[in-house]
Amino acid sequence: MTALRRVAITGLGAVAPGGIGVKEYWELLTAGRSATRTISFFDPSPFRSQVAAECDFDPVSAGLTPQEIRRLDRAAQFAVVSTREALADSGLLVDRLDPGRIGTSIGSAVGCTTSLEREYVVVSDGGRKWHVDHEYAVPELYRHFVPNTMAAEVAWVAEAEGPAAVVSTGCTSGLDALGHAVELIREGSADVMVAGATEAPISPITSACFDAIHATTPHNDEPERACRPFDRTRGGLVLGEGAAIMVLEEWESARKRGAHIYAEIAGFAARCNAYHMTGLKPDGREMAEAIDAALHEARLSPQSIGYINAHGSGTKMNDRHETGAFKRSLGAHAHDVPISSVKSMIGHSLGAIGSLEIVACALAIEHGVLPPTANLHTPDPELDLDYIPLTAREQQADVVLSVGSGFGGFQSAMLLTRPGARS
Amino acid sequence: MSASTVTLTDLTRMLRESAGEEEGVDLDGDVLDVSFDELGYDSLAMLQVIGQVQREYGIRLPDETVADADTPRALLALINTSGQVPQTR
Amino acid sequence: MTAAVVTGLGVAAPNGLGTQAFWKATLAGQSALAPLTRFDPAPYPSVLAGEIKTFVAEEHISSRLMPQTDHMTRLALAAADWAIDDAGADLRHLPEYGMGVVTAASGGAVEFGQRELENLWSRGKEYVSAYQSFAWFYAVNTGQISIRHKMRGPSGVLLTEQAGGIDAIGHARRHIRKGTPLVLSGGVDSALCPWGWVPQLTTARMSTVADPDRAYLPFSADASGYVVGEGGAVVVLEDAVSARERGAPHIYGEVAGYAATLDPAPAAGRPPGLRRAAENAIADAGLTPQDIDVVFADAAGVPELDQAEAAAVTGLFGRRAVPVTAPKTMTGRLLAGGAALDVATALLALREGVIPPTVNVRTPAPAYGLDLVVDQPRDSNLRSALVLARGFGGFNAALVLRRCDH
Repeated sequence: MTALRRVAITGLGAVAPGGIGVKEYWELLTAGRSATRTISFFDPSPFRSQVAAECDFDPVSAGLTPQEIRRLDRAAQFAVVSTREALADSGLLVDRLDPGRIGTSIGSAVGCTTSLEREYVVVSDGGRKWHVDHEYAVPELYRHFVPNTMAAEVAWVAEAEGPAAVVSTGCTSGLDALGHAVELIREGSADVMVAGATEAPISPITSACFDAIHATTPHNDEPERACRPFDRTRGGLVLGEGAAIMVLEEWESARKRGAHIYAEIAGFAARCNAYHMTGLKPDGREMAEAIDAALHEARLSPQSIGYINAHGSGTKMNDRHETGAFKRSLGAHAHDVPISSVKSMIGHSLGAIGSLEIVACALAIEHGVLPPTANLHTPDPELDLDYIPLTAREQQADVVLSVGSGFGGFQSAMLLTRPGARS
Repeated sequence: MSASTVTLTDLTRMLRESAGEEEGVDLDGDVLDVSFDELGYDSLAMLQVIGQVQREYGIRLPDETVADADTPRALLALINTSGQVPQTR
Repeated sequence: MTAAVVTGLGVAAPNGLGTQAFWKATLAGQSALAPLTRFDPAPYPSVLAGEIKTFVAEEHISSRLMPQTDHMTRLALAAADWAIDDAGADLRHLPEYGMGVVTAASGGAVEFGQRELENLWSRGKEYVSAYQSFAWFYAVNTGQISIRHKMRGPSGVLLTEQAGGIDAIGHARRHIRKGTPLVLSGGVDSALCPWGWVPQLTTARMSTVADPDRAYLPFSADASGYVVGEGGAVVVLEDAVSARERGAPHIYGEVAGYAATLDPAPAAGRPPGLRRAAENAIADAGLTPQDIDVVFADAAGVPELDQAEAAAVTGLFGRRAVPVTAPKTMTGRLLAGGAALDVATALLALREGVIPPTVNVRTPAPAYGLDLVVDQPRDSNLRSALVLARGFGGFNAALVLRRCDH
C-alpha cells in the first residue's frame, strides 16, 4: 500500500447564528456571546420550547441570484453561500482543475424540511387533505423532497464533477460528511473535496417533535441564556441553524500550490451505540471507542489532545455520556484538557453543527484561542472536567478533538492537528 | 372529586396503542406495581403514552411525570389527582 | 487489497418477497406494476405503482417497534434479517465494532412524516408522535438495523436518490477495506402515500399511462416515463478472507469496482457523467469494457435520459456489443432501493448464468443501439456485471460485480 494521502483544510465558509461569514462567526465565539433568542420565524407560543439560534440571513445580500433563491431551500442557500466563501478563502482556482477530481460531501440531518413543511401546508390546505393537492405543488418540490440535490448545488458552485453525496446520519452528519470527504481524498477518488454540512430546521414540525420528547429546553425567559451545557441548571438543547463548508485538499498538492493550511484532518471514526434511537448510556462507551479509533488512525496518543470541542448539547444525558467517554479514552489526561461547547452560543443545528464545530476547531488552532462554554455559571458538581466557562482562553492546541452524538445511536470523533505540529 | 376515572385497563390499552407490548410481558397480569422499565417501556415510550393520556383525557401532566411515575400505580395516581376533571371519550 | 464479497441477500421486491420468490418471478418476467391500492390515486395523473402486497409487518416486527417505525423501515428490518440469515453468519461470534451498517435513503419515511405533519397542522402540536423525531428521518434504517443486530462498527447513510443503493454498497466496501469484517448495506425505500407521490409528480418523469403493460418502457420509442415502486435489497458484505474462513454458505460475487460522478451544472455545456462513472468503476475493478458480460441499466424510461444512458453504454462498449437489461421494468423504480435491488439481481444472474429480461418493451428503439434482453431470460456464461444508476440532480454511480469461483 502506498503512503497515506493526508488531508488539509484550506478554505472555510460559514453561515452561523449571530454572524454570516467565518469572521463574524469567530468573533461571536471568542466573545462568548450567545445568539439564541425567542423564535421569530413562526409563532412559538404553543410550544414548550420557544427559543432557537436563528441566522439573520438575507439571501439577496448574501449574493444569491433570484433563481437560486427560488430554487433553493434555506439550508441549500446556506450551503451555497458558505461554499462561495470557502472557495474564495482557499484561493483555489477550480477552473484550472479537472472537475472529475473535485468531489462534494454535504451533511444534513433533516434536509429541506423547512420548505417541505411550508409546501405541505399549502398542498394539504393546512393539514386538511390526506390526498394532498398536486395542482398546488411548486416545481421545486422534488428538489426539496430528495435533499441530495443540495450536494449538487454545492458542486455546481465548485464546478465539481467527482463523487457527490449528502451524508445523513442525524446529528453527526456534519462530522461524518467531512469524514467521508477525508476517505475519498485518502483513497484517491478525489484530490479536492468541497465538504461540510448545512441545516435549517427551525420550523413548527421540528419544534413539535423535539417538544414531544422534551429534548429542547423550556428555559424561555432568558433566551440568550437558554442553552447551558455542563451547567447544573441545564434544561435541554436549543435548536439552531447554519452551515459550514470547507475546502479539503490532498496535503502535498495544497502545499505545492502554497495554500494556507488551517489544519490537517488527521483522524476520523464513527461508531454506533446500537442501543437506542434517542437514548445514551452514561458510560460513553461507543463514543470512547470512536475517539480511540480516530486516535489510532491519526497515530496520536490521548495525551497529545490539547482541546476538546464537545458535543455539549445541553442535556443532562449528553453531559454525562460524553464526560464518561472523555475519561474512558483519555484517562487522567481528561482532567487536563480544556473542553467547551459552542452550542451554548449557536445552538444545535442538528446535521450542520459538526461542521460548524470543525470550523471553530480550525480557527482555535489558527489563532491559539479556545472558545468558551457560554452560560456555564453553576457547574454540575457531577461533572469534574475543565469546560472553559464563559470566557475564551488564549491557549495553543496542536491536537484538537471534536465529537458528535446523534439520534440513531451515531457517535463520531474527528482529530485536527496544527500544520507543522508533526512532520 | 377526583374519583379514579382512569383505570389500569385504560392505561394498559393506551400503553399497547402508543408503545406496543414487550414480548414475554402480560399487561393483563398483575402489573400495577411493576416498573415500566421491567414492562419494557423506556422513557421515550412513556412520553408517547403520557401524550396519549393528556390528549384523551384533556389533562396536563408535569414534565417530571416520566421520571416520577415509574409504575402504573404511580402514573395512575398522578393522572387521577391532576386536578382537572378527566373527560372520558 | 482485501476483496469485499457479498455473502447474503435480503430482497423485498414488489414481484417477490424474499430472494427465491423474487428470482423466480424475475426470470418468469412477472411484473408487479398495477393500479395503486395503498391510497386512492384517482386525484393524480399517475396511478400505477409496484407495490409489495404480501408483506405482513407483524410477522417480522415486534409490537414495541410497530408504533415507532414506518412501512419502509419495517421492510428494511425484514430484508436485513433475511440477508443475515442467508449469509449464515453467527453475529455473536463477530466483534461488535467489526460490524457496520450503511444504507441509502431518498425522501425519508414519508408516510410516517405525512401523518405527523397532518397531526400537527390539523390538530395541534400535542398530537405529534414522540417517535417523529427519528422515525421519518433519512438515517432511520441504518439506526434501527444497527440496534436490532448490535452492530456498533462504522456505519453511515448516503443520499443520492436512485443512485443511493450503489453508493451505499461502494461505501460499505471502504469499511471492509479498512478492516471492518462485515457490513450490511443496500437500500429499502417506500414513498407510497400522497405526500410521497406529489413531489415525484412535479418532475414530470412519472408515466401517466394507465395500462401497466405500456407505462414503463425504457429504451422504447414509446417511453413515457417511469413507474414508482417500493422495496429494495440489503446485502451482507464481508471481507473475502474472513468469509471463506468462517465457511460462508454463499459467496455471490465480489464488489470489484465502484465509482460515482456528478453531471456538470445544466449550463456548463460539458458531457454528463454516467459514462465516466462506468469507466472509472471498470478501471477500479482492474478490468476493461470487454470483460463486462452484462449491463444492468438505470433505465429511466424518460426519452432524453434513455438517450443519454444509451450513448454512455454504446460509447463505452460499442453498438449492440454487450447485453443490457432492466428487470426494474417488473418492479418500477424504487427510489433508494432500486440500485440495491439491481445489485442483488445482478449477483443472482452471475451465480445462475442467466440474464433476467426487460419486460413489456418488446422492441427497443433501434437508434439507441442497445442489445436489450427482452421478454425472455438469456442464458450466458457471466463473469462480470456492470450495474448503472442515476439519481435526481445529476448523480451517477456504477458498480462492477465479479463472480467468485471457489
